[in-house]
Amino acid sequence: MSNPVFDRIKQDVTDNAVVLYMKGTPVFPQCGFSAAVVQVLSHMGVKFKGINVLEDPSLREGIKAFSDWPTIPQLYVKGQFVGGCDIVREMFESGELKTLLDQNGIDSKAA
Amino acid sequence: MPMAADDIAALIKQGLPDAEVQIEDLRGDGDHYAALVVSKEFVGKSKVQQHQLVYKALKGKMGGELHALALETRAPE
Repeated sequence: MSNPVFDRIKQDVTDNAVVLYMKGTPVFPQCGFSAAVVQVLSHMGVKFKGINVLEDPSLREGIKAFSDWPTIPQLYVKGQFVGGCDIVREMFESGELKTLLDQNGIDSKAA
Repeated sequence: MPMAADDIAALIKQGLPDAEVQIEDLRGDGDHYAALVVSKEFVGKSKVQQHQLVYKALKGKMGGELHALALETRAPE
């Protein structure tokens, strides 16, 4: 059975190399955890598509089921779920995030 | 509804019986916690899978009554 929300998520994470499901927008994050991930990506100069889950309750619940992850924000790189705020921050500090982006051919500034 | 630190630790240990769990109440408000979870179950698993195991142990409370739980997970040294 096809699920329209899942189809939309699949489309978004396929069409965009880096996607952040977040509360608020990259310019106006409405949650500290979402803001923290935006800050990491901006600091690294990574182009990403921010998707505001607060604008769509079905997406807000759908993304949690899609990735089997209970919280927002959620970062996707090349269709793969990378993690939430804690994991992104940890990977940024250890340099793993830079490696992951490099491996996927995504431009970012040296840390 | 905030959750007590002990309840969080108890739930995690129920799901991951060998786990060492340290909980810190970040703001003293019973609503923003940080947890360090060390368990053999994490060996060979990705960070996402490790966190998913903890979230499963929390039985859907994460993102619900448990608003903010900063997670750090690792396998024993």
